[in-house]
Amino acid sequence: MPVLQVDWETLVSVNLPTLLLVIVAVPLALVGYIVGADVLVRRLPKRSQASVRPWVWVGPAILFVGVILVYPMVGTIVRSFFDRHGSTFVGLGNFTRLLTDGGILIVLRNNLLWLLLYPGLVLIFGLLLAVLADRVRYEKSVKTLIFMPMAISFVAMAIIWQFVYYYKDPSEPQTGTLNAILVNVFHGQPITWIQDPRFNNFALILIGVWGGTGFAMVILSAALKGIPGELLEAARVDGANELTVFRRIILPLMMPTIVVVGTTMVIFALKAFDVVYVMTAGNYNTDILARRMYSELYSAGNNANASALAVILLLAVVPVLIFNLRQFRAVESRR
Amino acid sequence: MGRLTRILAAMAIVVLGVTACGTSNTAGGKIGGTVHILGTWTGAEKDSFDAVMKPFTDQTGVKISFEATRDLDAILQTKIAAGNPPDVTAAPGIGTLIKLARAGKVVPLDDKLDTTELNANYGADWINLGKIDGKLITLYAWAALKGLVWYDPKAFSAKGYQVPKTWTELMSLQSKIVSDGGKPWCVALESQAASGWPGSDWVKEIVLSQSGPTVYDNWWQGKQKWTSTEIKQAWTTWGQILGSNGANVYGGKQYMVSTTFGDGGQGLFSSPAKCYMFNQGSFITSFFDGYTPKPTAGTDYAVFPLPDVNTANTGAHVVAGDAFLMTKDTPQGRALLKYLATADAQDIWVKRGGGKIAINKKVSLSDYPDAISKSLAQVVGDTKIARYDAGDLMPSDMQKAYWGAVLKFVQNQSQLDAILADLDKTQVTAYASP
Repeated sequence: MPVLQVDWETLVSVNLPTLLLVIVAVPLALVGYIVGADVLVRRLPKRSQASVRPWVWVGPAILFVGVILVYPMVGTIVRSFFDRHGSTFVGLGNFTRLLTDGGILIVLRNNLLWLLLYPGLVLIFGLLLAVLADRVRYEKSVKTLIFMPMAISFVAMAIIWQFVYYYKDPSEPQTGTLNAILVNVFHGQPITWIQDPRFNNFALILIGVWGGTGFAMVILSAALKGIPGELLEAARVDGANELTVFRRIILPLMMPTIVVVGTTMVIFALKAFDVVYVMTAGNYNTDILARRMYSELYSAGNNANASALAVILLLAVVPVLIFNLRQFRAVESRR
Repeated sequence: MGRLTRILAAMAIVVLGVTACGTSNTAGGKIGGTVHILGTWTGAEKDSFDAVMKPFTDQTGVKISFEATRDLDAILQTKIAAGNPPDVTAAPGIGTLIKLARAGKVVPLDDKLDTTELNANYGADWINLGKIDGKLITLYAWAALKGLVWYDPKAFSAKGYQVPKTWTELMSLQSKIVSDGGKPWCVALESQAASGWPGSDWVKEIVLSQSGPTVYDNWWQGKQKWTSTEIKQAWTTWGQILGSNGANVYGGKQYMVSTTFGDGGQGLFSSPAKCYMFNQGSFITSFFDGYTPKPTAGTDYAVFPLPDVNTANTGAHVVAGDAFLMTKDTPQGRALLKYLATADAQDIWVKRGGGKIAINKKVSLSDYPDAISKSLAQVVGDTKIARYDAGDLMPSDMQKAYWGAVLKFVQNQSQLDAILADLDKTQVTAYASP
């Protein structure tokens, strides 16, 4: 029997001090900060205490966000206007070069496909499952099954789906699920789902949809449960059929949630990277912005191009974020 | 790290009762401590590497902390940029290493290794392969041979096929197999994020053998255009192997792009044979071992080097190897590299199989576990013109574009001119200073 060999020396010497620092010192420092700062605040005149205290409390958070989010963001934006060594200002040069490169059109088209299909399909499937599962006794088990892919990393998902899309020569029995069905049930020719440019983008997006539907379903289902039963009852008593109830009552009441889930999914679609990286590495016309950015940064070591791509992605996300915030405020003000 | 950390660390040691068991143990000339290695090995390969490391740890007391990643380029660059490099890196490709070496992020080994001993034990080619701008940057421990054609001797003798000695013989064998109704080749290009590389091996082997080492060196150094006659000729020569639309390859172009490189040899062993020849590096035997039923070396498969395309370059081989380099100068790292250069260390992995061929000349031929690896070790010994994998020597974006070009080429060979023109465009930007 193999004996578990524990290298205590390495374990202890490398990790423990850091671990203790994180577990003990960080909370200690935070408590110290709050207590200490409050002592100082109390020394101020009574009237200004109320206006100073919130800033003291939120200060550390602002500092962290500033250091790990705002500073790199500004740095990236600045870098996108310089050449790859970061020394010469080139204005919009990086952007014009990127956007006039023939290959970028396919990348943008693929991002558009992701942007339209991924949130759309996730919402449609999520909503459908939430509404239908609400009406059956085995709702819990259905929802558990659909939610399960959420617990799998995108890379593992890609591996699983490789088996689904697996291609073998037509002379051999097909072992990939999809091709086996295609050949044995529909008597068609097997298709190289991942490589064939007619299908591969849809094949990749479908993997994402499979992974995201559970998330949408759970949130939409929660919103559905929040709709008062009396409302639905009243509509039915007034003679509305189920479709009308759904269209006129359920859907409008769920709209704020749908919008929030939808915009989250749009952001997910813009950030999509893993599936494409693992399945095709952007070959066969499946490249997308985030993967292109990765290859500019790590393969080409071209900080300028990578930063410019990051800025393009940022610009694409900003309207979605603004819309999301507005919607959030609108919902809040209605309460 | 401030005082607080040190106090906490001291407290931790007291609390756990771990009272300095490692550091005081330096008696008997042991160095002690730990060496951090970044590499790509997992599974069986990691087991073999562990076996190589065991005597080292026993002799020196240096513990091995090994971190494996399949995305070595990115991880290594991130670690170096963060000021937290591993002590030693075991890299399968050296494109990134050239960039790092020129940026001074790598410790030159000239004064860290025993050069006299290295010169005595290593072929001059293998030391030169580790030099970048005249400085010894990487140490090769094991070689891998590319441009090997694997075949099933039973299938060959059943059809009366002879192992081709020249390129002309290979071409006539190919057309003979086709006229017998068979498929000469299996080609498998799928390798996730690195898809296409097996085809790039074909092209670089043809470039070296067809146009010689000067063209080859200029090519990976970015001084030879992809659209030049020599490089284009190599692609069209490969196109003749594949046949129009991949007609000479089992399963055609769809099979090529969708089959994982490791599974590519399975066609050799099916009955009747789906294909008769499969070009892949020496490491592929470890994948053969995973097939069901497991083929036996010697009876089920044998190997011949890809014949010389041009006899002027006889004995030219594309080789690869495990490159070790120091990314941080520590006594433990120095000791490790010295150890890896010895015949004793290299012998351990050779005996464990997996297609590893020792570079140290003192490793005996009789230590190779089977006839095939023995004959490969002989090919390594007899190699007259050794060149490193051109793709691995190119900047990494050039290499990735090269792989992508392979996938485009096999899908539509008539696009060759456009594909090569695109590669020329990448060449211009990829070789611009790091």
